[in-house]
Amino acid sequence: MENLYLLVPLAPLFGALIAGLLCRVIPKVLAHSVAIAGVGIAFVASVFIYQDVAAGNTFNGTVYQWLTSGDYSFQVGFLIDSLTVTMMLVVTFVSLMVHIYTIGYMQDDPGYNRFFSYISLFTFSMLMLVMANNFMQLFFGWEAVGLVSYLLIGFWYTRPTAIFANLKAFLANRVGDFGFILGIGLVLANFGTLDYQPVFDHARDFADATVSLIPGCDATTFSLMSVTCILLFVGAMGKSAQVPLHVWLPDSMEGPTPISALIHAATMVTAGIFMVSRMSPLFELSDTALSFVIVIGSITALFMGFLGIIQNDIKRVVAYSTLSQLGYMTVALGASAYSVAIFHLMTHAFFKALLFLAAGSVIIGMHHDQDIRNMGGLRKYMPITWLTFLIGSLALIGTPFFSGFYSKDSIIEAVSFSHIPGSGFAYFSVMAGVFITAFYSFRLYFLVFHGEERFGKAHKEGHDSHGEHHGLVHGQKPHETPWVVWLPLVLLAIPSVFIGYITIEPMLFGDFFGSAIFIDTEAHPVMEELTQDYHGAFAMALHALTSPVFWLAVAGVVSSWFLYLKQPQIPAKIKAACGPIHTLLENKYYFDKFYETVFAGGARLIGRGLWKGGDAGIIDGLIVGGSVRVVSGIAALARLFQSGHIYQYAFTMIFGVCAFLTLWLLWLMGFFARLN
Amino acid sequence: MSGLPILSLAIWVPVLAGFVVLLAGSDQNSPLARKLALLGALAGLLVTLPLYTGFDTTTPAMQFGELHPWIRRFGMNYHLGVDGISMLFVILNSFITVIVVLAGWKVIQSKVAQYNACFLIMSGLLNGIFVALDGMLFYVFFEASLIPLYLIIGVWGGPRRVYAAFKFFLFTLAGSLLLLLSLIYLYLHSNGSFSILEWHQLPLPLETQKWIFLAFLAAFAVKVPMWPVHTWLPDAHVEAPTGGSIVLAAIALKLGAYGFVRFSLPIAPDAAHAFSGLIIILSLIAVVYIGFVALAQEDMKKLVAYSSIAHMGFVTLGFFLFSSLGVEGALVQMISHGFVAGAMFYCIGVMYDRVHSRLIKDYGGVVNTMPKFAAFFMLFAMANAGLPATSGFVGEFMVIMASVKFNLCVAFLAASTMILGAAYTLWMYKRVVFGAVANHHVAELTDITAREFLVLALLALGALGIGLYPQPITEVMHSSVDELLRHISVSKIQ
Repeated sequence: MENLYLLVPLAPLFGALIAGLLCRVIPKVLAHSVAIAGVGIAFVASVFIYQDVAAGNTFNGTVYQWLTSGDYSFQVGFLIDSLTVTMMLVVTFVSLMVHIYTIGYMQDDPGYNRFFSYISLFTFSMLMLVMANNFMQLFFGWEAVGLVSYLLIGFWYTRPTAIFANLKAFLANRVGDFGFILGIGLVLANFGTLDYQPVFDHARDFADATVSLIPGCDATTFSLMSVTCILLFVGAMGKSAQVPLHVWLPDSMEGPTPISALIHAATMVTAGIFMVSRMSPLFELSDTALSFVIVIGSITALFMGFLGIIQNDIKRVVAYSTLSQLGYMTVALGASAYSVAIFHLMTHAFFKALLFLAAGSVIIGMHHDQDIRNMGGLRKYMPITWLTFLIGSLALIGTPFFSGFYSKDSIIEAVSFSHIPGSGFAYFSVMAGVFITAFYSFRLYFLVFHGEERFGKAHKEGHDSHGEHHGLVHGQKPHETPWVVWLPLVLLAIPSVFIGYITIEPMLFGDFFGSAIFIDTEAHPVMEELTQDYHGAFAMALHALTSPVFWLAVAGVVSSWFLYLKQPQIPAKIKAACGPIHTLLENKYYFDKFYETVFAGGARLIGRGLWKGGDAGIIDGLIVGGSVRVVSGIAALARLFQSGHIYQYAFTMIFGVCAFLTLWLLWLMGFFARLN
Repeated sequence: MSGLPILSLAIWVPVLAGFVVLLAGSDQNSPLARKLALLGALAGLLVTLPLYTGFDTTTPAMQFGELHPWIRRFGMNYHLGVDGISMLFVILNSFITVIVVLAGWKVIQSKVAQYNACFLIMSGLLNGIFVALDGMLFYVFFEASLIPLYLIIGVWGGPRRVYAAFKFFLFTLAGSLLLLLSLIYLYLHSNGSFSILEWHQLPLPLETQKWIFLAFLAAFAVKVPMWPVHTWLPDAHVEAPTGGSIVLAAIALKLGAYGFVRFSLPIAPDAAHAFSGLIIILSLIAVVYIGFVALAQEDMKKLVAYSSIAHMGFVTLGFFLFSSLGVEGALVQMISHGFVAGAMFYCIGVMYDRVHSRLIKDYGGVVNTMPKFAAFFMLFAMANAGLPATSGFVGEFMVIMASVKFNLCVAFLAASTMILGAAYTLWMYKRVVFGAVANHHVAELTDITAREFLVLALLALGALGIGLYPQPITEVMHSSVDELLRHISVSKIQ
């Protein structure tokens, strides 16, 4: 079995190395075959491992000793339990779908082999992240997925917007990692190890420990667990794009669509959710941290949803819905419903990957026009894409019996049972979020697939970041995409419908997660109350028809139908009437402007100031320059005497001898005077 | 292994090779000079390899020792030996010499023999610094190794080389004299011994220790360089030829840090404790202040030079946390920096050779015409930003971990390098490599040659190898670091 564990990450790595190192040599067919084979092997191996874990076999062991120093040792190793294997299945399956899809999506791209190398490398990194049995390797995977994300957002490296977006993404993530590594440092400093198992086993011993942020200052002394968990969560805020570190995710849409599905929807951005669930034994010890988590999550869930309403780029709408859904997962974490968060992570991975890939299919059909104002009525021309997109949207808004319903409804219910400070606000956010999600999702759906056909007109440039000409020319019709593109859509649509119905019982109410997730049931009895209310998946869906959650979603769909299909002239009027609010949303609450001016601009200003003022001004100017001036001053003085005129030298010598003799005589006189 | 004086060979094989290369004479024989130089550098590397394979990791004692009287009247000895710390630098230095000879293969067309001879002789002298166990012998190597470096900057350097050399000289002068004075003081105080190991055991009153520590600090801080005596480095780098920059960054900067380990900490441990706060603050200034300054640079070489200072700040920080994680992290950071900064300067050199500009604004879209180069450059940029799986991560990680244990405020400032390092490195990378082809210079670029590929691949192997598996590097230093920490923890005040 242990060899099988190794095979899971190494097979995609092998694919990545072949496709990457030989990208200029090997033909496209070979590159994608090796890459797909690698990920395929990883998927099959994951299925076997899943069966093994389901049979009750978990594993926690070292692969190799990475480093020892003093009393500390760091290793690369695997922890295989139900949580890990869930992530492994999601990652490898979605990755496999995306690999296949890429054959069609990227077929004419000159960077075809390079792209396959990157996405296989990503799969490797993500697997190393989820399979880690210690914080060091977690951080390793954490940064490695960040690197590949950086490379892929900037995949089309000649586009200014793409290379701006990837730098922004990397730096925003680094801000998160800054907190994350300090959190890891606190774990090491207090527990003496970075291995999960001993840390989790002894976590309770540190429940009452404190740490001083500024040593010696009692006012800055806080609970150790709260500080550690909040710092770790700052890492999650970067990776999982929580407010205020969310700014990079919408811009990451500059990358090719397959990676938006794989990295920026299904897997990498959920790493933060996974990490917090993994750390549940630590987070359970700090209500402060959980409160922090739930508030950040609800802000993200609610306010990022609003932004989805006004976007006109098909990918950006889906991106904002991802942000909002990540907020939902974070809320679940804050409510101590870790398994619900992972459950939503899984269903979301399927339907959001589906939505992104379907959006990509639309983009292909529209000849790389991404503006939904230029679409409309596409269901006639792209039936498979239409149907799968509809399934994805229904799952997203939480239609009963669809996968998204089970996970989202469970989150809402969990929040209603939570008594963590901030849970009231969270409940309001996730309820309001239901309406907003339904509204923007179906606004997108109606504008793209229904209504008037707005494509093929003498159009303005579609998506301005594309260097070349894009979009349908006059009279041209959209077309359905080839099978390599639509097959993954179909394969993702199946779990998007059924996975929730099938897995809700074992994942949330059975003992599937067993000891992988720890909940302090006395302090946070949310899951127990949830279990009491649960009477089977079918009953849950039926019951939902009478709940306000469902009717909020219906209201969202109906209002978007009314505004965008029935009375399409109204939105413009609303926009005109709500000028300031629209401007606020248009500018994404001014986060970007603020960061660019204050942080990016400020840092450059400080840098210039220190350089010109500190280095060049004070150090070189005063100290170095000063000593140079002293030296050259003395030299200039000395030069005066070296005139080359003998009489001057003679005079100086005589003067010197006289002066010397005088001094000597004076000294002698003093000497004799003392003798007397 | 037994009979051969390996350390003497490590010093004198490159020096001798240097003189042989000089015999090749004028530039008519430059192909011969290059081949001889490469042969000499390879031989120099080869003789140092037994140091690793034959190294006994269980003992902190000096190994491969050689002891011959040198100047009896003053008790000076030709005393050599390595421990787990210095051994790694000898090998790193010998490896970098090979890189440097290869790096200058095509670029240096005038005074080829002299150029290569300078590097070979310098390589031997630098090895001498790391293996000398006699204070005066150390001093001689320490000062002598500067002569070839002056020559390299002065003869093959850029237009403002005189200014750079003068500035460097000015910074070093005071420190060197104070170093000599304290060596003589220790000699007199220890009843006529120049043995560094005996000095380690020498009891000293706190006042004396403080003076000695400060004198050492004056000498070593300039070399590291620590803030605020760092401003010579960007100028020296800018004027130095690529090979000079590589050695300067990879080895010469390590001399100051090595001085702390060999002299300041074990000889004046109580003073080290007394001054640790000061050093930690200076180190943090190096990390944060210099990180910001690097952000504002317009010249790539200056930018990497500033980033070197910030990385060396991690080294001094790690030393003065007085924990094995911190000290070993600092040492790993030194080795890693040898590969990564060396590679960064080489990458800049590769572009400079083609475009003859180091200014960021003269580039843009290099990836379009030099994709292979861009891939290597990306790897090293990421290593410079401290990405896991590269060597740049290991040392930073260890020092940050150690500083969290020490003090959360210190850790907070140190960890800011995560953001700053990524910002200045990747922002430069974006402006230089990404984007559309910016001008006709970039459009006419040709991708790296087989020789350039070899150099980059060797350096990449080092950066990745240490990142993925640092254990072989750290396990040889454990005993020596433990010994060092023991020295630091025992007071020498009587």
